[in-house]
Amino acid sequence: MGRDRSGCVARSALLTALVLLLCCPVAGNTAEQESHTEHGDSHGSNDTSFHIVTFRWEHVQAPYVIALWILVASLGKVVFHLSEKVTNVVPESALLIVLGLILGGIVWAADHTASFTLTPTVFFFYLLPPIVLDAGYFMPNRHFFGNLGTILMYAVIGTVWNAATTGLSLYGVFKSGIMGDLDAGLLEFLLFGSLIAAVDPVAVLAVFEEVHVNEVLFIIVFGESLLNDAVTVVLYNVFKSFVEVGAENVEGLDYFKGIVSFFVVSLGGTAVGILFAFILSLITRFTKHVRVIEPGFVFIISYLSYLTAEMLSLSAILAITFCGICCQKYVKANLCEQSITTVRYAMKMLASGAETIIFMFLGISAVDTEKWTWNTAFILLTLVFISVYRIIGVILQTWILNHYRVVQLEIIDQVVMSYGGLRGAVAFALVVLLEGQHVHVKQLFVSTTIIVVYFTVIIQGLTIKPLVNWLKVKRSQQREPLLNEKLHGRAFDHILSAIEDISGQIGHNYLRDKWTNFDRKYLSKIMMRKSAQLSRDKILSVFRELNLKDAISYVSEGERKGSLAFIRSSSDVNVDFTGPRHSVVDSSVSAVLRESTSEVCLDMQAVENRAKSPKDREEIVTHHMLQQHLYKPRKRYRLNYSRHKLVRSDGEKQDKEIFQRTMKKRLDHFKPTKLGNNYTTKFKNMKKERAAKKKHSNAVPNGKLSTHSVSFQVKDSEAEDPSDGGINFLITPADNGSDEISAGIENPSFSVEEDQSGFQMIPPWVSNEETVIPSQRARLQIPRSPTNFRRLTPLQLSSRSIDSFLLADISDEHPLSFLPESSM
Amino acid sequence: MGSRASSLLREEEIEEIKKETGFSHSQITRLYSRFTSLDKGENGTLCREDFQRIPELAINPLGDRIINAFFPESEDQVNFRGFMRTLAHFRPIEDSDKSKDPLVPEPLNSRNNKLLFAFRLYDLDKDDKISREELLQVLRMMVGVNISEEQLGSIADRTIQEADQNGDLTISFTEFQKVLEKVDVEQKMSIRFLH
Repeated sequence: MGRDRSGCVARSALLTALVLLLCCPVAGNTAEQESHTEHGDSHGSNDTSFHIVTFRWEHVQAPYVIALWILVASLGKVVFHLSEKVTNVVPESALLIVLGLILGGIVWAADHTASFTLTPTVFFFYLLPPIVLDAGYFMPNRHFFGNLGTILMYAVIGTVWNAATTGLSLYGVFKSGIMGDLDAGLLEFLLFGSLIAAVDPVAVLAVFEEVHVNEVLFIIVFGESLLNDAVTVVLYNVFKSFVEVGAENVEGLDYFKGIVSFFVVSLGGTAVGILFAFILSLITRFTKHVRVIEPGFVFIISYLSYLTAEMLSLSAILAITFCGICCQKYVKANLCEQSITTVRYAMKMLASGAETIIFMFLGISAVDTEKWTWNTAFILLTLVFISVYRIIGVILQTWILNHYRVVQLEIIDQVVMSYGGLRGAVAFALVVLLEGQHVHVKQLFVSTTIIVVYFTVIIQGLTIKPLVNWLKVKRSQQREPLLNEKLHGRAFDHILSAIEDISGQIGHNYLRDKWTNFDRKYLSKIMMRKSAQLSRDKILSVFRELNLKDAISYVSEGERKGSLAFIRSSSDVNVDFTGPRHSVVDSSVSAVLRESTSEVCLDMQAVENRAKSPKDREEIVTHHMLQQHLYKPRKRYRLNYSRHKLVRSDGEKQDKEIFQRTMKKRLDHFKPTKLGNNYTTKFKNMKKERAAKKKHSNAVPNGKLSTHSVSFQVKDSEAEDPSDGGINFLITPADNGSDEISAGIENPSFSVEEDQSGFQMIPPWVSNEETVIPSQRARLQIPRSPTNFRRLTPLQLSSRSIDSFLLADISDEHPLSFLPESSM
Repeated sequence: MGSRASSLLREEEIEEIKKETGFSHSQITRLYSRFTSLDKGENGTLCREDFQRIPELAINPLGDRIINAFFPESEDQVNFRGFMRTLAHFRPIEDSDKSKDPLVPEPLNSRNNKLLFAFRLYDLDKDDKISREELLQVLRMMVGVNISEEQLGSIADRTIQEADQNGDLTISFTEFQKVLEKVDVEQKMSIRFLH
């Protein structure tokens, strides 16, 4: 109760602060004229005297007002999120629009002029690029390119279909006279259709964050909203120039040129984006010594790509999107960890801020009675047409696409797709860009666009979540499945996923393999730092994380106990891992494993449908438990893209756990086999190659490590590209007379002269052959034969930071690209 | 014959595989190219490491078991025939597969054979019964780490209880089939192979 009250107090305080704040710009506006004269008169006799303090509003007016609006928008967000209940029901975008409306009303009431509107320049140059860059940079590449065909189909054909049908239908209705008298012809209607047809990336994402959809659906809608920009731009420009030229003067050649321009615009924009991504990756390769300004490069170069495309009248959104998509991998490999984090957070901040401002200004811009032209039929029909044609378009395209897709798009997906086709600020900005002289019905278009945007964002945004929930509930089985069915059903899902992966059915494997080879051989050599190249995509970072965690916990444990072994000496860093290791191991391992929290059981139906007898209750509990804890098969992962948070998907935890288990089992499995017998000749050959250059790898458990020299070599030398694929289970002979595994794992915090941050990329226990020691835990569990202690170590490791955000990136290109791709 | 030449698929082989598994010609060639891309040793057979190289299998709880299912009894290599034979279980059931003639053996992708495939995944000791221990093992693989041994045990017990009809506290194949009779196995255990 007390908390509620203090919450209320806080909220009202903030609200009043808001109201006060926005009086400032209003006051500022009116004040500016008087301040001049005031100074002269009231503060002193003449202008030559020295004023200690002066009020110079006009001096700071422009940046001050901008900063004030940004502050107001952000404060609005803060206020909204104070109330969980409200944000669960109403999407944030809707709230922001309403806030904008209120503010606009206040400003208008005070001033009777609409001084703040969303101008297309500000929108296109400052507000839109961060959002699109954010979308491109965090785009899950693997899913994107895996579904590229579908996305393109929806983006291109879908948008053209929407534009054409909407425009033509409106024209048809106009011809029938219901709309009354409008000074518009076919071309104007087509123009309107083209700008209202495009699904807006800003609005879509804002709403999809509320609705949790499966990954395929998400990427399709997301991708569609980004890629349809090319189509929109072309259609818009073509029809705009047609209208300006006049309907009579349009020739057949112009139509043809329009079609050609589509290809030029889209492909050109993409090419510009890729070019700048290349430049960016190349530059970041060399920024090792200027790490502090590294993040800046990402933003500047991406922004330049946007502007360059805009300058060449190509699709700027496509340019910056592909810049983000293509530079992801290399930037993340090249930049140091702190820079990566900085880039992520800054991008999120800019995107989130820009989106907030956009929606707020959408609200404000509506309050301008001069702009309003009302035509009931037109507005109503527009709303009807865009919804209906979108539904029809989605159904048709899905039906066609399902013939070619392995993962089918179901009804619920189609519903979400059609219902989630929101229009937003892009349409609004485009319509404001129209010129009044050429398009006489501009005001009507503007008003209609505003209404459409409001409708889709607010109404559709509000209702999409309940709609989806209703559909999901409806589709779920009426009958409560048996335990067996659940268990075996889940097993079937896993089996199917595995078979799909084995048979290479998912995703265009052939192309992907070819691309990865090409990338590995050429691109990465050019664009990635040497250090990153050496240790990229080898072993799963989980293993490394385990090692790091183990190592760190050992050290801290040892430090606590005051063990001398942890004092570093200049000659060797031999860390003695004796003593309370076991408990430490357990705690660290279980700490790693126990990161997951049990998920909320959504199986409420089960609870309701059951009688409450004790036996049934027990069954309910069992069902619940099973439901909660069963691993999800691949299809049910949720992509957690969010503009407002950096989230880590559930799938990662699950992947980690399963992977650890699998690896342990495989290591265990190899342990008892007689060495050499089960290995193909290829391994033996490789081993011979290795033996030639082999130094005593770090698998030597006792004795000091020559890691210093080895690791320096790794850093400085032009090491050859480790070109073999596969888990090369290299047999490294190790000598272990004693019982202890005094492993001499070089502790990262004790590595002296090494460049610490550079070394974060290469865990210090990398030797020339890039062998890695499995963590202490894994070692402990491999029982040893008394005489010849042979151990198998998986080869190579990943430089990917264990940053949980980046764990999601591993699944971008390959899920767990720790296993190096084939180089064949 | 160089190693390359021997790994090309001959027409007769394709025909035989087609008859045995029911895949179409183009599907077989496509799967063959997948087979060769997995086969790093280039000797026309796959070993376990080749499968383990597929990254997604490492994060599949049943990954290793499924890999084992490809390899016939106590062998460590599987050739293309064996590969296709196992994959054939997952072909969607078409009408042409259903024949009323009791003498003709069921096609590999019949409902029974699909269930048998899954059943064999559980039944490690091949005694045609899923014991409590075997079920526990599978459960452990498929469940997260937050669940305790007793809870797992109780789930296993209840599962067996649900399915067991003759009271021997194990699940035989017939009991397995019976308890899953309402499940649309045809859909759940089929993938559309691209043409």
